[in-house]
Amino acid sequence: MNTSQGHWWRSDKGGQWLITVIAVVTVIVPVLNLVVPEDSVFHLSTYAVSLLGKYLCYALLALAVDLIWGYAGILSLGHGAFFALGGYAIGMYMMRQIGERGVYGNADLPDFMVFLNWGELPWYWLGFDNFSFALLMVLVAPAILAFVFGWLAFRSRVTGVYFSIISQALTYALMLAFFRNDMGFGGNNGLTDFKDLLGYSLQLDSTKNALFVCSGLALIGGYILCRYVVSSKLGRVLVSIRDAESRTRFVGYRVEHYKLFVFVLSAMLAGVAGALYVPQVGIINPGEFSPINSIEIIIWVAVGGRGYLFGAVIGAVLVNYGKTYFTGAFPEIWLFFLGGLFVVSTLFLPKGVVGLVKRRSMKRADEGGAKPEGQIETDDGTSAEEVSP
Amino acid sequence: MSVGIHIPTNMLYLDNVTVSFDGFKALNALSLVVAPGELRAIIGPNGAGKTTMMDVITGKLRPDSGTVFFRDTVDLTQFDEADVANLGIGRKFQKPTVIESLTVEQNLDLAMAGNRGVFKTLFFKQSAEQYERISEIVSLIGLKEKRGDIAGSLSHGQKQWLEIGMLIIQEPELLLVDEPAAGMTDQETELTAQLLKDISGERSVVVVEHDMEFIKALDCHVTVLHEGHQLAEGSLSHVQQDERVIEVYLGR
Amino acid sequence: MNGSLRAFFVPFLALLIFSSSLSVNSFAQELGFSDHIAKLAKSKLSEKAVLISLIAETKDARVPDLFQHLLNGDLYYVKKTGQIVVIEKTESGYLAGDVLSQQSLGIVGKRSVKKIGVNNALRRQLRSYIATFNLSSDEANTRLEAAKALLKAPEASFLPILDAALVAEANADVRSAMVIARSAILLASDNAGQRLVAVNGLRGATDKKVMTLLEQLLLEDEEGNVAEPNVRVRQAAEEVLGSLHTQARIYKVMEDLFFGISLGSVLLLAAIGLAITFGVMGVINMAHGEMIMLGAYTTYVVQLLMPNNIGLSLVVAVPAAFLVSGLFGVIIERSVIRFLYGRPLETLLATFGISLMLQQLVRSVFTPLNRSVITPEWMSGSWEVNGMLSLTYNRLYIIFFALAVLFLLIQLLKRTFFGLQMRAVTQNRAMASSMGIRTGWVDAMTFGLGSGVAGIAGVALSQLTNVGPNMGQAYIIDSFMVVVFGGVGNLLGTFVGAMSLGIVNKFAEPMVGAVLAKILILVFVILFIQRRPRGLFALKGRFVED
Repeated sequence: MNTSQGHWWRSDKGGQWLITVIAVVTVIVPVLNLVVPEDSVFHLSTYAVSLLGKYLCYALLALAVDLIWGYAGILSLGHGAFFALGGYAIGMYMMRQIGERGVYGNADLPDFMVFLNWGELPWYWLGFDNFSFALLMVLVAPAILAFVFGWLAFRSRVTGVYFSIISQALTYALMLAFFRNDMGFGGNNGLTDFKDLLGYSLQLDSTKNALFVCSGLALIGGYILCRYVVSSKLGRVLVSIRDAESRTRFVGYRVEHYKLFVFVLSAMLAGVAGALYVPQVGIINPGEFSPINSIEIIIWVAVGGRGYLFGAVIGAVLVNYGKTYFTGAFPEIWLFFLGGLFVVSTLFLPKGVVGLVKRRSMKRADEGGAKPEGQIETDDGTSAEEVSP
Repeated sequence: MSVGIHIPTNMLYLDNVTVSFDGFKALNALSLVVAPGELRAIIGPNGAGKTTMMDVITGKLRPDSGTVFFRDTVDLTQFDEADVANLGIGRKFQKPTVIESLTVEQNLDLAMAGNRGVFKTLFFKQSAEQYERISEIVSLIGLKEKRGDIAGSLSHGQKQWLEIGMLIIQEPELLLVDEPAAGMTDQETELTAQLLKDISGERSVVVVEHDMEFIKALDCHVTVLHEGHQLAEGSLSHVQQDERVIEVYLGR
Repeated sequence: MNGSLRAFFVPFLALLIFSSSLSVNSFAQELGFSDHIAKLAKSKLSEKAVLISLIAETKDARVPDLFQHLLNGDLYYVKKTGQIVVIEKTESGYLAGDVLSQQSLGIVGKRSVKKIGVNNALRRQLRSYIATFNLSSDEANTRLEAAKALLKAPEASFLPILDAALVAEANADVRSAMVIARSAILLASDNAGQRLVAVNGLRGATDKKVMTLLEQLLLEDEEGNVAEPNVRVRQAAEEVLGSLHTQARIYKVMEDLFFGISLGSVLLLAAIGLAITFGVMGVINMAHGEMIMLGAYTTYVVQLLMPNNIGLSLVVAVPAAFLVSGLFGVIIERSVIRFLYGRPLETLLATFGISLMLQQLVRSVFTPLNRSVITPEWMSGSWEVNGMLSLTYNRLYIIFFALAVLFLLIQLLKRTFFGLQMRAVTQNRAMASSMGIRTGWVDAMTFGLGSGVAGIAGVALSQLTNVGPNMGQAYIIDSFMVVVFGGVGNLLGTFVGAMSLGIVNKFAEPMVGAVLAKILILVFVILFIQRRPRGLFALKGRFVED
């Protein structure tokens, strides 16, 4: 009997669609940018490539948030912190890559440290001139923070809004800390003026396209990972924790271990998203820790539809496209729009865009006398019908 | 989860247990002994301390004083809910709490005895025996047809049964059942009483209930709780003649 | 006559003249006063010295003010008429006031007036007269202030005035201030014996200036020579300085405590509305900060409406802000929140959306720039307890204001019918409803009350910080920390939470710096919540989980 291998993937129709679309985009975008000549109508500007790459990073971040919010019921208002930590980790590597090409021409110290009259590199910067080490830190730094914070919070059963509030305080405290010059992360200005990554200049179109492709692949990989997790028995334990935490304890599950596992995993995904984001925008500063950033992630997930995974991806792209459009066309009304989106989606779209579409299609299926599709795809994407010996 | 083949003298042993909330004593020097395989009914008016007693046994609350032993030697006050569940004590709540967004099958699968480790569940694959075990239970609780249905779509009585099914598949040695008959039809009540009688014997079952018809159907030893301590104990007819019990139930 | 001698002599003379010319014809005096002043306009510096003596002789009540203005360089004359005026530089231009009638002449052109200049010799002369005049004032307070002013600029020339004043002085406080000032002057004496007496005279003088003076005695130059040559004077100075340092430390602690309590009051004001909406109703109101902001903007608008009554404007702004923020609160509750009861995470998101919209609304109406709210006179300045401790009035008032708001709120909840209904709805909605309480109305009013109180907080905060569209953001996290730390659903807990966080913050600041202190507080609260997830004053019992 084999319930969790094979079908967890086959039953996820929405996910299959999504991955197909992302895969196609990941291939087509670089072609439109690099191969199609610039005077063609089909040519895509490098600016657009970076913008789309940013959306993909946001989508991965939204996925990470949906994993904990949609499935385990943990509403983190501090997830931007993990994103920013991943970004700082890769930013530190790129700072070290600048070497003698900085304003002060100091190969041993980043410019801002020379400016602050620091004598030597602080211990926590050691190793960041090594790419593999930096990549490891992209995962480890958010994981450690998530582990310590989550262990403290979940062990003492800090749940619901209390967890949300202290997670917001966490990212706020980190923001204040990173603003300090003494922290050794560039203070206000953060890390910027990057030159190259693995020896490839960040100014080159090819590098930008490569980063875009990496973001696409990371999103696909992240999606498959999350889908596997939520479709496993562990995923059902998470849903059980979300719907009836105390009941789950009485069945004998160590709720805090499960929450901690998924929280750390989510933090690592967020870290990866941040690490892909920073080279594409060229800067990381303490503003990324600001509480409002973390709350924005929540709205992406809410608009897309919480607890579907692909809803989070759709939501992130939709809202950010809206943001790009409105801040360009009508900057004054962007906040009205975003604010309104929060209100409308909580009042009228409790299951987001995806939930709306699903309800529509179920209604149509009912009218046609067919078996409703929603019956098969439950929250965790598993299908009861297919469970057979 | 079985602890061993050794058969203990007492399955559950509470001595002199006191719990207070801001001066109010929810349990007042409560003592209670349940033998292995025994079916025991506990009755008492609202606020008698029934739910608090369950909370103490299952590790949700720490008593201010007193001892709580499981299988003679295990001091339950040292453990939390998950520990207690894994020691072999199952609890069913007053309000049926099944996981509504999962199917009947998945609910039973979650409750099924087995390793509760994070990574074990991440890479868990259901075996043929486990599938069979679930089949047995869905037949037992009369939900064979509903095996693949979302638990949220079940009727109130069916949810109660599913929860009892989850308790059974957890294979506990001691079951704590809080008002299983609440909201059930007469026929369902009778079936539930029969079910509980059937499953006692191999394990101990403690039932908290208000419904006298149900208690009568259980046909077992009854403990009467009042203001956090034991008022009377014995057969139903015996306690019904006890003057203090009559006073508590009728005197107000 | 050389300068220093004159500086010594003239005030001395003036003092004699003052004490002997007590009954001068007031008419003649008025005539003399205005005549002499009129001549100030176009006289040379040497003529001014004589005029100043003459003006001082009139002993008119307006003399010290006039001299002070002349000293500060606020005294001008109108070019055309020669009229002497006091100029106050405001944002809109030069505001002129007639010296004689003390009536405002309104804004005058910068070029139509000319400053009446003085040199250092004249300044010294003016200061002597002011000191002399004030030291012999009938008001003990004026004499005290004058003595304290002498301490700030101890010059040998004041010694005779001071000695004369000391003879006449009966008030003990004023006497001790005069003795301290006298000792400070004598520290510079050539006679070691006098200096020793002076040092001992400074014992117990709680003033930072005294400490600097004593420290100067003990300074060493590069060659290791101490400024004070006499060993005994040095020893005495060290001893007195040591005891002053101890006192200074005590006052520093008191000052930190005051700052802590005042920060605590700010936190209390910011959080107390949230304690109602979050604590009592269970609504996570992320727009709470914007309710504070609306209150602050209301203050700004009220001041725009009554520019001539700034002092009164704050009193008007309090009820106005309560109504404006309260009204917004009621609208938000009726249109959004009432659909979301029992779903705290959703209220969090919806109210966050509302907060964004309110920020943009304010940005669209008032521009994104900070608005300046004027601090009325009765709130500016500070209460000088002594030379080492001074408490600013705005912080003092805010402490009292916060306590008053807390007190009134507790009374409202405990003693009124509305408070009873509110508690009934909180504890058992269904039961309250079946008893005929209109739960919807109570919800709206409760949320309105919480929002209105936030608006009142906005009035107070407009006196301390910039009023801008983002000001609410600065308080929302702090407010949540306070409420969660104090224990949800408990106003007294909110009070204790706010005060302890405020005081701890202010004591940590000098040690680790403001930002790190704030970070440490946040980390502390985060860790505290792990230990006691329900705050300092947690409710216990079987209903907690519901």
